[in-house]
Amino acid sequence: MTPDSNQQRHAIDVRGLTKRFGKKVAVNAIDIAVPEGQVWGFLGPNGSGKTTTIRMLCGLLNADAGEGTCLGYDFRTQSERIKRETGYMTQRFSFWEDLSIRENLEFVARVYGLGKKRALVDGTLEKLGLERRQHQLAGDLSGGWKQRLALAACTLHSPRLLLLDEPTAGVDPKARRDFWDEIHTLAGQGITVLVSTHYMDEAERCDRIVYISVGNIKARGTVADIIAGSGLITFTVEGEGARALAARLRGLPGVVFVAFFGALLHVSGYDRALLEAALAPYRHDLNLTIRETAPSLEDVFIQLQEDNGGANA
Amino acid sequence: MNGGFSLARVFAMLGKEFIQMRRDRLTLGMLIGIPLMQLFLFGYAINMVPRHLATVVAISDPGPLSDSIVAAMANSSFFEVVKATNSPLEARRMLSEGRASFVIEIPVNFSRDVVRGARPDLLVEADATDPAAGSYAIGAIPTLVSTALRDDLVGPLKARAFAAPPLNVVIHNLYNPENITQYNIVPGLLGVILTMTMVMATSIALTRERERGTYENLLAMPTRPVEIMVGKIVPNIFVGAFQCTLILTVAYFVFHVPMIGSFGLLAAAASVYITALLAVGYTISTAAKNQMQAMQMTFFFFLPSIMLSGFVFPFHGMPDWAQWIGEVLPITHFLRIVRGILLKGNGFFEIWSDIWPMILFLFVAGTLAILRFRRTLD
Repeated sequence: MTPDSNQQRHAIDVRGLTKRFGKKVAVNAIDIAVPEGQVWGFLGPNGSGKTTTIRMLCGLLNADAGEGTCLGYDFRTQSERIKRETGYMTQRFSFWEDLSIRENLEFVARVYGLGKKRALVDGTLEKLGLERRQHQLAGDLSGGWKQRLALAACTLHSPRLLLLDEPTAGVDPKARRDFWDEIHTLAGQGITVLVSTHYMDEAERCDRIVYISVGNIKARGTVADIIAGSGLITFTVEGEGARALAARLRGLPGVVFVAFFGALLHVSGYDRALLEAALAPYRHDLNLTIRETAPSLEDVFIQLQEDNGGANA
Repeated sequence: MNGGFSLARVFAMLGKEFIQMRRDRLTLGMLIGIPLMQLFLFGYAINMVPRHLATVVAISDPGPLSDSIVAAMANSSFFEVVKATNSPLEARRMLSEGRASFVIEIPVNFSRDVVRGARPDLLVEADATDPAAGSYAIGAIPTLVSTALRDDLVGPLKARAFAAPPLNVVIHNLYNPENITQYNIVPGLLGVILTMTMVMATSIALTRERERGTYENLLAMPTRPVEIMVGKIVPNIFVGAFQCTLILTVAYFVFHVPMIGSFGLLAAAASVYITALLAVGYTISTAAKNQMQAMQMTFFFFLPSIMLSGFVFPFHGMPDWAQWIGEVLPITHFLRIVRGILLKGNGFFEIWSDIWPMILFLFVAGTLAILRFRRTLD
């Protein structure tokens, strides 16, 4: 099929996905439809239900309600089929630290029953640049290398869907950049990617973003859509005394939240007149420069989180 | 001030420790459960002077004198007559299968010879594979029998009753004529060591994966529960086989334990036993949250296995309820099989009655493990 065919096929297409743990609703009737070949970012505060959602999609948790498909298979009844064609990278490194790099890859190849195992593993090691370290224990690798190994291992069986749960947590910026290049290479080959993250720069690399909070989807779309849809107005305050200003501005009518971006103070709200009024007393301060700016994605996310009473609970 | 001893910090530690102790339910349960279990086992189940030992009476000369002897045996607390037969062969088979500890054989013409004053032999065959089990009971036999006959030998026969003992009690310690304790303990250790190591080996099988976070990965791959179980159990069968070889070698060359029966048969029985234990361990690992819990649960299985199997204390000396529990445990059957093969030279037909309970146990434990295995993280 061509990318612009009328019937856009979805790698993930679920509706009303729900999961409860006891009385607590971890995921509350969410709908997600990810077209094939796209990279979607999955954002939200800790404990918002990202991991739970991903685990339901690949059959590691039973959904309490909801229907739909993953890769065309019913995600509730055909999880065995989904597992065969999905790569799932867990939040915590979950390959065997007491196996060598090569042994880990060989194990994965055998479990999936992949042909030409030796050539496949050799090729993967070469691509990773780990040929010379292939007999090292996986546990001896640094965080960045572990993450690359994990990605290579969970794509070894050429999955059509990749579910990545905070893959870049605790990884240095260079490794993160390389990782994302790899993800886009994979997407270019037609693999669909759903990746959860806390990093704004990573969110901005995604085709679409889904923002989830306390089990509910709060925003979705492209970065531009989400910023435009937030209705947020943001002013920056720069200069000496900006830090002292933060405490005084917080809680003023019309000021929804105040946040620092480096030395820059972002003051955001929905009502321009009220914001202007709040900032008016400081306009004449020569040490401070106040100007309006386009809200960043981070402003929008802080706002989404503030709207929930800042609750991570 | 900071370097000194602070009562406040001690209380902070105490508070934290008490909270954590209360949260760790299994450890708390073990701290209460183990003493209770020990108390009940030692207090009720364990009998250093075993009584009510299963006894078969083989009567080739029925009559009032035989009846008196059987009645006296039955009335004494040492013996429990489980069967009276006229076939010495059948009696011997029950002994070799471990269903009885003693055979009392009343020979042909027994009554006549007593009356004649010919002092006939009363043959007592004891299963001496466990020398400790029967010693008190054996010691009691001559007095018991003489006293029993005293009431029958009345009138003109009264003199017979009181002169020399009217009969001659001949005791055969079968299978271990010299009453060497090692012959019993060393084969028993084979069962005990395997119980400890095999259950432990698989009890951490899944819990370790869970603790290291690799379990989630395993579940996300197309591996099936049976495949995981077989993968976890089979390597340990080899470990168990190696242990068996090691223990038997030491038993033979160092302790000179006789090995009469077939090694092939022993190896086959040991394989069933080892696999049953590994299945228990694996079932534990489907339930335990961490390796510590797995160890604790292993201990809960291990304790009755030593106490109620006839390893430390004579099996037939225990009350019925303790014997029932013992019959469920694979070690009880394995001990009988090992002693049977090594010391009695038992063949397949004699040990079959102990093989099938282990197979049944293996089947139940394996099924339980598969049913308990969660294919999701729910």
